Amino acid sequence: MFAQEFMRNALIAGTAVGVACGLVGWFVVLRAQVFAGDALSHVAFTGALAAAAAGIDLKVGLFVACIGGGIVMGALGDRARADDVVIGTLFAWSLGLGVLFLSIFTTNASASNGTAGVRVLFGSIFGLSAADVQTSIVLAALAVVLLATIARPLLFASIDAAVAAAQGVPVRAIGLVFLALVGLVAAQATQAVGALLLLGLLAAPAGAAHRLTTSPWRGLGLSALFALASVWLGLTLSYVFPTLPPSTMVIFTAVGIYTAAMSLPPLARLLG
Amino acid sequence: MPIDSVFTGLSWNPVHDVHELFTYPFMVHALEAGTIVAVMSGVIGWFMVLRRQTFAGHTLSMTAFTGASAASLAGAPVAVGYFGICSLGALALAAATGTRRSLSSESAATGSIGAFALALGFLFVNLYHGALNGLDSLLFGTFLGITSGQVLALLVVAAVAIALVGLAARPLLFASVDPDVARAAGVRVRLLGLGFLLVLGLAVAETSQITGSLLVFALLVTPAATAQRLTTRPLAGVVLSVVLALAVTWLGLALAYFSIYPVGFYITSVSFALYLLARAFA
Repeated sequence: MFAQEFMRNALIAGTAVGVACGLVGWFVVLRAQVFAGDALSHVAFTGALAAAAAGIDLKVGLFVACIGGGIVMGALGDRARADDVVIGTLFAWSLGLGVLFLSIFTTNASASNGTAGVRVLFGSIFGLSAADVQTSIVLAALAVVLLATIARPLLFASIDAAVAAAQGVPVRAIGLVFLALVGLVAAQATQAVGALLLLGLLAAPAGAAHRLTTSPWRGLGLSALFALASVWLGLTLSYVFPTLPPSTMVIFTAVGIYTAAMSLPPLARLLG
Repeated sequence: MPIDSVFTGLSWNPVHDVHELFTYPFMVHALEAGTIVAVMSGVIGWFMVLRRQTFAGHTLSMTAFTGASAASLAGAPVAVGYFGICSLGALALAAATGTRRSLSSESAATGSIGAFALALGFLFVNLYHGALNGLDSLLFGTFLGITSGQVLALLVVAAVAIALVGLAARPLLFASVDPDVARAAGVRVRLLGLGFLLVLGLAVAETSQITGSLLVFALLVTPAATAQRLTTRPLAGVVLSVVLALAVTWLGLALAYFSIYPVGFYITSVSFALYLLARAFA
C-alpha cells in the first residue's frame, strides 16, 4: 500500500487535514457552530467554482470565499456567534451563486470537464500531487498554530461569554477570528475530502470526544486522534475495496466512531 | 440548466413577454409547481425558522439526495426513495436531538447525521455508474421537464403538509415559543417536535424532486427569515412568508426564462436581496 505514490500523498495530506479538522472541530462543537462549518464548506464549493468559471487557480477562490464567508457570518450574527437563520440565508444564497458559476463553467469549458462540480463537492484525495500535499501540510500547520495562539481566550469566551467579556477578553473579535480559522480549515480540507464531506470530519470526531471527556486538553487530543483514525482507516478501506470512494469511507469511519462513543456510556452503565 | 433552446430574449413589451411565459407547456408546469412549492415552503419554513431548526431542515434536504441516489441504484421509483429516506432522516434527527441535551451535542449529532447521509448518497452514486452526469441535477434540480402528473402529486403532498401544520398550529406555536411552559400546560412537546420534523421531511422530499436537494433550502429559510424580521405576529408572519416565497419563485422563473442563467441562482439571489433589505430597514 505504501509503495503507491498516490496512496502516500493521500495519507500525508489526510493526516494534515485530520489533525486540523479534529482540533478546530472540538471548538466548533463546543460553540455549537457545526452549522456554520457546514455552511462554510458549501461556500468553499461556490468559491472553487467561481475560480473555475473565471479561469484562475481553484485554491485562490477556495480560500478567499471561505475566509471571507466566515468573517461575514460572524459579522452578521449577534456577538460574532453567527445564529442559524443568518447562516441559513447566507448559505442558500451561496448555493445559488454556486449553481450560477457551475453553469458558466460547464458552458465555457469542454464537455469533458462536466464533472468538475462533482470533484469539488466530493473531493479527490487519491488524485493529489506532491505540491498539493505540501500546501495542505503548510496550511494545517498554520491553522494549528493560529488555534494554539487563541486557544485559551477562545475556550474562556466559548464557555462563558459574559464573564469573559467582563474580564476584558475581546469576545467578538475572537469569535470572528475563529470563524475565519474554520474557513481556512474548510478550504484546506475541501481539496482532500470535498466540500460536502468535510462536515463529517468537523462534527463526528469532536462530538465523540465531547461525549467521552469534558477536560479540554484531553478532549482536543481525543478529537484529533479520532479524526486521524477516521482518515487512515477510511483510506485503507477504500484502497482494499476500490469500488468504495475514499471520502465516503472516511466519513463512515468517523460516524462509526461517533456512534460507538454515543452508545458506550449507556452500555457501560448497563453492564456495570 | 439554461433554457437556451427557446431563448428569444425580452421584447420589452410587458404584455407580450408575460404572455410568452405561458406559451410553452414546460413553463406552465414549472410555474404551477413553483407556486405549490412556494406556498408550502412559506408556511413550513416559517415554523422551521421559529423553532431554530434551520440546520435540521438542511440536513433533511441532504438526506433527500441520499434517497434519490438509493432509489436509482435499487431501481425503485425515485419518489419512494425521497420519502423513505427523508422520513428515516426525520426520525434519526428526532432521536438524536429530542432529549434535552446541550446545544453543542445537538449540533454535533445533526452534523454527523448529515455527513453520513451525504457519504451514503455519494457511495450509491458511485456504485451506480452512469448516474454521475445526473448528479448535478439531483443536487441542483431542473425546474424544466416537470409533467402534469408530478404537479398533481406535488399538490396533494403540499395540501397534506399544510393541513397537518394547520391542525397542529396552536400547540406547535406554543411548544416552539416556550417549550417548558407548554410542557407544564400539558402540551406533548416531544411528540409535536417529532411530528413537525416528519412534515418537514415530507415537504423537503417533495420539493427536492423539483428544485434539487441543495436548493430546497433557499425557499424554506430565506422568505421565512425575512418575514420574521418584519413582523412578530404569527398569522401575519406566515402570510408574509408565503407571499415572499411566491414572489421570489415567480420572479426567479421569469428571469431564468429570459436569460441563460439557472433558476436557482435567481431565486436565491432575489430572496437574499429581500432579506438584506429587511435587515437594513427593520
